[in-house]
Amino acid sequence: MDANIPLFQMNGVAKSYGGVRALEEAHLRVEAGRIHAVLGENGAGKSTLIKIMSGVVQADAGDMALDGAKILFPSPKAANAAGIACIFQELSLIPDLSVADNIAIANPPRRFGLIDRRAQRRFAEEALARAGAEDIHPLAPVKDLPLSRRQMVEIAKALARMPRILILDEATSALTAGDVAKVFAVLKRLRDEGLALLYISHRMQEIDELADDCSVFRNGRHVASYLAGSKSRNDVVELMIGREYSHVFPPKPNAAKQGAPALEVAGLCWSHQLNDISFAARPGEIVGLGGLDGQGQRELLLALFGVLRGVSGDIAVNGVVRRARGPRAAKASSSAMALIPEDRKTEGLMLPMSVRDNLTLPALDSLARFGIIDRSREQDAVDTMVKLLAIKAANLDIPVGALSGGNQQKVVIAKWLMIAPRIILLNDPTRGIDVGTKQEIYQLLRKLADDGATILFYSTDYDELIGCCDRVLVMYDGAITRELVGAEITEHALVSSAFRIQEPGEIQLG
Amino acid sequence: MGDFRYWLAENKGTLLAVAVFVIMFGIYTGNHTAGFSGMVVTTAANKGVLLALVAMAQTLVVLTAGIDLSVGMVFVLANCLASQLVVGSALETTFGVVVVLLAGVICGALNGIIVIYGRLQPIVTTLATGAMFYGIALWLRPIPGGDVNSDLADALTEQLPGGIPTSLVVLLGIVLVVWIPLRRSEVGRAIYAIGSSEPAAYMSGVNIDRARLTAYIVSGLLSACGGLMLTFITYSGEASATIGGSYTLNSIAAVVIGGVSLFGGAGSAIGAIFGAFVLRTIGDLLFVFDFDPLWQPLFQGVILLGAVTLGSLRLLRIKNRLDLFG
Amino acid sequence: MTMTLSSFFARVDKPVLAAFGCIIVLLLVGSLYSSSFLSPEYLLQQLQVASFLGLIATGMMLVVLLGQIDLSVPWVVTVGGMMSTAAAGWGPLGEALAIPFGITCGMFMGLISGFGVAYLRVPSMIFTLGMNAVAQGLMVLRTGGFAPQDHSTDTMHFLATGRSILNIPNALFVWIAVGAATIFLLGRTTFGRTVYAIGNKERAAYLSGLPTQRVIMLAFMASGGLSAFAGVLLAGYSTKAYQSMGDPYLLPAVAAVVLGGTNILGGRGSYIGTIAGVILITLLQSILSVMQIDEAGRQLIYGAVIIGMLLIYGRQKKVS
Repeated sequence: MDANIPLFQMNGVAKSYGGVRALEEAHLRVEAGRIHAVLGENGAGKSTLIKIMSGVVQADAGDMALDGAKILFPSPKAANAAGIACIFQELSLIPDLSVADNIAIANPPRRFGLIDRRAQRRFAEEALARAGAEDIHPLAPVKDLPLSRRQMVEIAKALARMPRILILDEATSALTAGDVAKVFAVLKRLRDEGLALLYISHRMQEIDELADDCSVFRNGRHVASYLAGSKSRNDVVELMIGREYSHVFPPKPNAAKQGAPALEVAGLCWSHQLNDISFAARPGEIVGLGGLDGQGQRELLLALFGVLRGVSGDIAVNGVVRRARGPRAAKASSSAMALIPEDRKTEGLMLPMSVRDNLTLPALDSLARFGIIDRSREQDAVDTMVKLLAIKAANLDIPVGALSGGNQQKVVIAKWLMIAPRIILLNDPTRGIDVGTKQEIYQLLRKLADDGATILFYSTDYDELIGCCDRVLVMYDGAITRELVGAEITEHALVSSAFRIQEPGEIQLG
Repeated sequence: MGDFRYWLAENKGTLLAVAVFVIMFGIYTGNHTAGFSGMVVTTAANKGVLLALVAMAQTLVVLTAGIDLSVGMVFVLANCLASQLVVGSALETTFGVVVVLLAGVICGALNGIIVIYGRLQPIVTTLATGAMFYGIALWLRPIPGGDVNSDLADALTEQLPGGIPTSLVVLLGIVLVVWIPLRRSEVGRAIYAIGSSEPAAYMSGVNIDRARLTAYIVSGLLSACGGLMLTFITYSGEASATIGGSYTLNSIAAVVIGGVSLFGGAGSAIGAIFGAFVLRTIGDLLFVFDFDPLWQPLFQGVILLGAVTLGSLRLLRIKNRLDLFG
Repeated sequence: MTMTLSSFFARVDKPVLAAFGCIIVLLLVGSLYSSSFLSPEYLLQQLQVASFLGLIATGMMLVVLLGQIDLSVPWVVTVGGMMSTAAAGWGPLGEALAIPFGITCGMFMGLISGFGVAYLRVPSMIFTLGMNAVAQGLMVLRTGGFAPQDHSTDTMHFLATGRSILNIPNALFVWIAVGAATIFLLGRTTFGRTVYAIGNKERAAYLSGLPTQRVIMLAFMASGGLSAFAGVLLAGYSTKAYQSMGDPYLLPAVAAVVLGGTNILGGRGSYIGTIAGVILITLLQSILSVMQIDEAGRQLIYGAVIIGMLLIYGRQKKVS
């Protein structure tokens, strides 16, 4: 292969959404037979970059070349035809169709002009095998599969297109550790077969393990490209954020909290997914929930918030046993519980509504008299929150969907702080937001705790649990399997207890 | 064995509609004074087939997560057109049939084009085009009347030698020629795909516009088939907003009873056909049990509400209240 | 100056402006046909007719803002008309309570629809369709066997056709009162805020601790009550209630709401827009009848004009 003509090249590509520059002067050079990692904070332009590459959106300026020949992708179909397949962060599977239908959706085997179902099934089985997911039945409807299986189907679907360039955007985020190992083996094999892979992940370990080349993006611009392993992790982080990675977490108080627990849970069970959970949390404490993703942490938070039906066991708030019958009861003033949900786009915010309207939703009752909203009190409350969280918005009447991800998340948190909650449940609140905002959120949490709030904090990011929490409850299969306190909270302890490995030194990671 | 399980799960709604229909029709024929006679079956079949065709038309659009409130008006328009054109010699009659079906295709295409390229919501679009189609029907036939080629009409609405109603054979033929191939084609799958998740379908490179346009066109075609059959049964045409409206509403009811999801992406036209039969049999049952015909509208409403409320029983099994919101 | 002007235009939805623009165009077109088209008397008469549609469209808008639809309008209107006239036949007390009774019957129908949609989670399109059939069934039963009392009371007639102050129709005052209440409800109350929140994302509204199911049920109840109120007035207008008196109101109500810029998928829309939509639809119908076009042509033009206007300004944003 001619060394001067890469398999794929992009030059000076720019894209803006409604006046906001998402990408400018983007350069990328992708070689066959290599895994190319793209790094950057959220909002760095990575998603836009791959959307342009895969034809989902079109660039405003710049050009792309495949094998040195200029190309344009007006639609995902065109990109597919050129041999670019993408595994998106938001899944591209169709829930009501079967696995086989999904895998062969773009170009099914035909007989007499109709889809040849038998051939399609064989085709799907082969693709699933290539992705290392033989356990999935090709006739199963996608909507019945758990998230990790769907992700595997997604990978099989991309592979079935026999792409020359395979783009993976946070493709492993929903996978179990076992699947990650399988997928990595598949990806390495594909590289050896001569595919070019573009790999986007927030997990540095994954990039360390997989990547041959790395490109760093920041604020929509290409910052640097380098050979994997030629820079230290700290250098890479600084390239991404342009500041020191330390000082991210606020200092923890030294003494353990005393006093009566604000939240006491005893023998909580729900539908096989929560098994006999008991713990207590005191005012001023940040209690982390750890463990592998999907071990019942989300369900625990939902159960406390009254969203789940058929929960058994006792939940006591300030020593009083009660069972909230929904978020409305949970937020009532006697306990003032708040849940920062996982997905801000579908559970936290009404994207087309204004920042102001979003902020006051949970607190509407307290801002109104006889159901009539007191505008000046509303304005005061909103102003306080905007100031407290330093929410950056052109004005408060623009739709919240127009804000950056970090600011959106701040709005989600702020809207719950409006009710002055005494117990705050957080479900992975920093997923997909930039480091700067993360830092502000950590500081806010500590401040809230110091002011006497009780915080239950689930995170998929171990660094966060280590940096933020006074105690961490590690969950496995719907039960709390270990409690780590203070200095015991280390990455090593978190990982080993997450995998239920007791002896140090035997930790096997994907 | 595993394969059968998936097939069963996929066709649960359809099978349920078939079962309900068989039971109801059994009761009906068992109690009818004339018994299971050819006349009873033929009359019932003719009425059922009309609604079945319109319900199939509705299914196509509902599968794309849309709704077509103009199916009844296309049905009426086709009826009025047929009462003008499907007469005379064999050649003239054939020409008439082709024109009527073509008119259905054009109506469907108009809906589809407005929805796809005009980017208007299907419910509003078809509500408005329905008024337009009704206007045309009224213009074609200001007062009820007209005629139809009686040889063809009799051939299609009476019985085969074995006592089987011809209209059922016509319906079966339409299913075999239109529905089955569509269901098995790439376009058909795309129709399900966009109903299930349009963004995912787009990202998967599915040709969305083509699939949606096909759905609306076939919908128009099937409604026109229904209007044609109506003409063969009544020997005349009538531009009646009442008939159009009631067929539209009943088609939605039939689709729901037939297990097609109003949210799109799941269900089958076969289910809708049996949903239509179930609806039609309700009226006949009332007749057999000597109910005052005045009770029929109330009864149909209550049955419809009952059927959809039964579907809510699934709510009792929901353990995470967030699942209520889809 | 340009700043304030542009910020004004940014605050008022473009569809609302377009709807008012279309009203002006219609008035101009109408004045070409008949010189009396722009006379105050004619316009007041139009507003009187618009008031009936205005009440129905108000209820429809509440429901559409939730992302739902109320297809039970035709027969709930009839229920309102028939039940109020029925009450009028029960002696002096019935006569006095005729209007509230008619409205209450409609609210009750709406309550059931709301319960089905909010608590049974049945899509509103199908549940309200069923309620429409049930309402029809009940009314057919009532009128089928015998000839019931179907004459409106004097109060109903007065409210629908009378003119008390400044020669302004009473019906218009009714609409203004209901409209003002709705603007207040949507803009200034927790109920209104919750309606918009549900229309945008019911899941998020629920997780924010808003009483989503109750609000949905109440909105449907309001829609039923307003439809029935319109039925009461219509019965007063024509001095009697009759079957299918509500049939001509479903399409115009939906069209008025949508032409007024309310998103049919819920969550966005202003009442000013609905007012514009109602006036727009009323004028359109009036012009078509002034032009003496037959029913066939009227239907055709009516449908085509609605599609045309929506194509001009009611299009959804392109998804990408």
